[in-house]
Parts: sequence; C-alpha cells; structure tokens
Amino acid sequence: MLTVSFLKAAVIAGTPLLFATLGEIITEKAGNLNLGVEGMMLMGAVIGFQAGYYSGNPLLAVAGAALAGAFGALIFAFLTVSLRANQIVSGLALTIFGTGFSGFLGQGMVGFKMAENFNASFDALKIPILGDIPIIGEILFNQDILVYSAFITAIILGIYLYRTGKGLNLRAVGENPAAADAASIRITRYKYIHILFGGALCGLGGAYLSLVHVPVWQENITAGRGWIAVALVIFAAWNPYKAIFGAFLFGGLDIIGFRLQGTGVSISQYIFDMVPYIATIVILVIVSMKKDRKNAPPKGLGEPYFREER
Amino acid sequence: MQFRVIKKGEISQKKYTLITLTAIFSALVTSGLFLALLGLNPLEVYLAMVKGAFGTTYRLEQTIVKSIPLVVTSLGIAIAFKMKFWNIGAEGQIMMGAFGASYFALQYPDMSRPLLLVIMMVAAFVGGAIWGLIPAFFKAKWATNETIVTLMMNYVALKWITYLQYGPWKDPNALGFPKIANFTENAILPKIFGVHIGWIIALILVVLIHVFLKHSKKGFEISVLGESYNTARYAGINISKTILIAMLLSGGICGLVGMLQVAGVSKTLSVEISGGVGYTAIITTWLAALKAPWIVIVSFLFAALIQGSSFIQTAFGISAASALLLEAMILFFVLGSEFFTRYRVVLEYKLPFKKKEES
Repeated sequence: MLTVSFLKAAVIAGTPLLFATLGEIITEKAGNLNLGVEGMMLMGAVIGFQAGYYSGNPLLAVAGAALAGAFGALIFAFLTVSLRANQIVSGLALTIFGTGFSGFLGQGMVGFKMAENFNASFDALKIPILGDIPIIGEILFNQDILVYSAFITAIILGIYLYRTGKGLNLRAVGENPAAADAASIRITRYKYIHILFGGALCGLGGAYLSLVHVPVWQENITAGRGWIAVALVIFAAWNPYKAIFGAFLFGGLDIIGFRLQGTGVSISQYIFDMVPYIATIVILVIVSMKKDRKNAPPKGLGEPYFREER
Repeated sequence: MQFRVIKKGEISQKKYTLITLTAIFSALVTSGLFLALLGLNPLEVYLAMVKGAFGTTYRLEQTIVKSIPLVVTSLGIAIAFKMKFWNIGAEGQIMMGAFGASYFALQYPDMSRPLLLVIMMVAAFVGGAIWGLIPAFFKAKWATNETIVTLMMNYVALKWITYLQYGPWKDPNALGFPKIANFTENAILPKIFGVHIGWIIALILVVLIHVFLKHSKKGFEISVLGESYNTARYAGINISKTILIAMLLSGGICGLVGMLQVAGVSKTLSVEISGGVGYTAIITTWLAALKAPWIVIVSFLFAALIQGSSFIQTAFGISAASALLLEAMILFFVLGSEFFTRYRVVLEYKLPFKKKEES
C-alpha cells in the first residue's frame, strides 16, 4: 500500500502548485505575465498563518490569504496595466516584495505551530460513494476540503474559459487586445479582475502550505514552488484541466526524495531535493522542443496595451 | 471632464533623473508611513540607517565590502538584460563560481598565493559561465523560457552547496558542526585601504564592460538583438552565437563574484555565500538603466541600504527583511515612474470630439 499512500501524499503536495498554476493561467490568459507568483504565495502564506494562528478561524485564515495574494496582484496590475511598466521586472519586484513581506511579518513566528483543533478543520473528508472506489477513491476522494476546492476551481475555470462568453472575451483580451477593444470589451477591467483573481489563487496556494501541508511557520516556506507553478503553466499549455495533472506530477516529484529516504536508498537527501527543479527544466526544454500552435502562449502575453499606440 | 493619456516625445536626461529621484523619494515616504504605523519615527530610523552605513570607518568599509558583489553581479546581469535575456540566475551562478574557487582553495592550500588566487578566479569564472551557458544553450536552440530555467538552476546550485556543506566537504575538525573548513592564508584576497582588492577588480570590470557594451561590435550586436529579434536576423547577426557569448560573459562575471566572496569575505564556502545578492543585483541593474557607471552609484547606495538596515535591526528590532521591502518599494516606484517619462496625463473639460472640431 506504499504506492497508494505515496500518490495520496503527491496530491497533497501538488495542491499548492495547482492553486498557483491556476492563478497564473488566468493571469496570463488576460495577457499579463506575472512573475510574482512566489511573492504572492508567500504573502498568502504569512497572512493565512497569522490570521489562523491568532483567530483560530480557518475561514478567516483562508480569506485573509486570498486577500493578501490579491493585494500583491493589485500592485502588479496597477504597474503593468495602468502604468504599462515592464511586466517581467514588475513581477520580479513583486516576488522580492513578497519575500520581504513574509520575512518581516513572520519574523517572530518561526517554529510556531497551529493549534490541534485548527488542524482538525483540514482533516480528510471522505466523499460518499466516490470515496469507496478502490485505490482512486483513497487517492482523490479522501482528502481535505482545500484539495477538493482546488479540483473544483480547475474545473470551473476550464468551463469558464472554454464554454462561456466572458471566458471567450478574456481569451480575446489576451490574444489580441486591439481586436477585443474594437469589439467593445472593457480591456482594463478584464485585466484587473483576472489578475486580482489569479493573485488570490496564488495566495491560497501559499496558505495551503502554511496551514495544511507544513502547519509550522518557516521562512521562505514556498521554496521556489511559485516558480515551478510558472513553469507548470507552460507545461499545461494554459489549460486548467492539464494543470491538475501537472501539479500532481510535480507534487510527487516534490516528496519522492523524502519517501525514498525511508527505503534505505543511500543517496543524500540534498541531491534528491534537486529533483523537482531539474524536472522543471527538463519539462520546459521538452515543451519548447516541440512547439506547435495549440500549445502556444496567448499572443498578447507580456505586451502592454495602449489604445493610442495601435 | 476626463483623463487622457498622451504619448510624450523624448525627454531630456535631466528630466529623467528628476522623475527617478522623485520616485525614490516617494518610496521612502511611503515606507516611512509604514514605519510610522508600526509606532516608529521614520526620520529616526532613516537617520540611524545612514549612521549605520557611514557612521564609522568600519561601517563605511563594510558598506564598500557589500557593494563589491552588487557592482560585479549587476555588470554581469546588465549584459544579459541588454539582450532582453532575463537572467535571474545570478544567485546560482555566484554559488557555482564560489564552488569552483573553493575546490582549488581546499585542494591546493599550499600553492603560492598569487597563482592560487588566479586559478581560483579562473575556476569561478568557468563555474558561473557553465551555469549561464546551460539556459543560453536551451534558449538559442529551442527558445526555452530562460527566466524559469535560470531560476530553477539557482535552487539546484543551492542544493549542491548544501550537499557539500553537510556531506563530503564537511570539516571533520568542526566538532560535528556542518561547516566547510576555512581557507589557508594563500587563498585569501589581500587588502588595500582596509578593503579586500575585490574593489579594484570591480572598478576594472566596470570600465571593461562599459567599453564592451558601448564600443565593441559584439556589445552592439547584443543590444540590437535586445531591441528586436527580427532586426538582428535581417542584419545577419549570428543569433545563437550572440546569446551564448553574452551568457558566457554574464554567468562568468557573476561566477567571479563567488570567488570574491569566498576569498575576500567569508574565507570559506557556505550556503549563505550569495545571500540574495543575485536578486538584489537585478534591482540595481534595472535602476541603473543597464549603464555600467550608474551601476557603481546605485550598488553603493543599495549596499548602504543593506548595511544600514542590518544596523537598525539591532537598534530598533526591525527585521532584516525590511531591507528587501524597502528595495522592492523603490523598484515599484521607479517602475511606475517610467510611465511619466513616456506619457503625459491631461485633464480634459470638453468632450474629445468637440476639441477635434475646434482644431
């Protein structure tokens, strides 16, 4: 039963990645490349942890984390949409800001642990019927509420992007803002709403780490997961459904070293710790090797839109 | 009444500087408000930072020691950024450079000092260059996104140094404490005017890189490629070669920083060897508009900010992370201010179409 428990743990380790990847997909679909995912995750992680620690209310913790992520995204949106600043450097600045923000607020909290009864609200909830399917039920349908929320978010976003008028408008904004503008789509409003929503999801991803996955505060708790999420967006070809698979694959890579430790493999843990990062590079290279139009990024990605410069 | 944004023509250097300075000032004011919210007197804190950075000869020396890696790393990053190759892997390139230098320092502790130091510099350059060439190769060959690859390689380098420090390179004489042995005197950079000679190397590099970017053919090709891929292609520039050469230099120079840090500051290799320099240098490079002379000034001011904030950490109990926050604030404001160098906002009282009729 080692493999079932391993896959179940992979889903848990992949959940913060899934939230963040979905957030970045929705941001990039609006035509903005926000490299501040790592920063927004850290902001969500620290605010979620503090709200949870001091209030003991899981709902408040999760809401606070989402708001913190959205706040980070607001800075980015104001700079890149309203002031048309360079998106890459603005995103990097946001990551540096988020790192400082979480270091500053989490200064005296390193090693703090969540209360027992707080953790209880994130215990696994078995879904009736589905949870009884052998193997798959245990892996996918006997998880905590945030894992389910991540699944559901992915599915809703998929439907939104590919099956609704608003989703079509959003894709138009990202692909060809001038044409979308001519079709009287409110470019600025679309960009702001989706960048902020994307930031909120990144904040949730960070909070999943600090509230459920680790539940002890540590500095730089995300350890580069935000960047892995940015890479997963490319891996998933901007498709929310594929993001589910990508996130859980990387969740598995994240914990494989730790798991193998117990089985007597005599390779240093630090070498295994490299695996998710090297795998990210390998996957990016493979994706870029076979470029086709279906997996291409939104055409307007990274370019500021200014009506009078068409 | 409505706001309208109008594109401006080219603005003078003087105006540009003025707008940037206003942005930095606004960043300080905003951060000051934040400090006031924490119940601190912002003026007192800023004054303490200045004192912490320049107050005594020792502190001034420390500020200079901290600006050396920033200057050199920024030079390396500037070469890549000029090409719009977003090398955010300086942190890893520094670590691999430090690894290369440390290998020789630990293996040949009895070699003559000048020879050993030169070999360490070469090894550091090679270490950083390899770390820079890997993403450059993927970029040149398959247009792989370099931002993520360079960043992932930072983590690989960090884990590699961690592995060495806790594993094969652990000092057996350190009573079980996970640290790498200190270098012998032969592997330590000499000092001139109280600061290790890295400052002379940094200033020489500033001149060399400035000439390279401004006045050499390759430097010109790098900036053409940065401006427009298609122009570069039509002009017959060998794009793959240009990317590889630029990243060889960029990574190599960042790698050299690793040597300066192990041989000049920490006198051994550790996981903290880079300490975020690779990320801070991204900010300094951008604020200096990729210009080598400005890099010296901006890096020195940022080193003062870092040195000053480590001082206020003890004086006011403010987290060292405040330096990061202040750096990010300054970058936010300067990024935003660039809008005002390119556009003008006007308030219109009449409807736009009426105005057209009049004119």
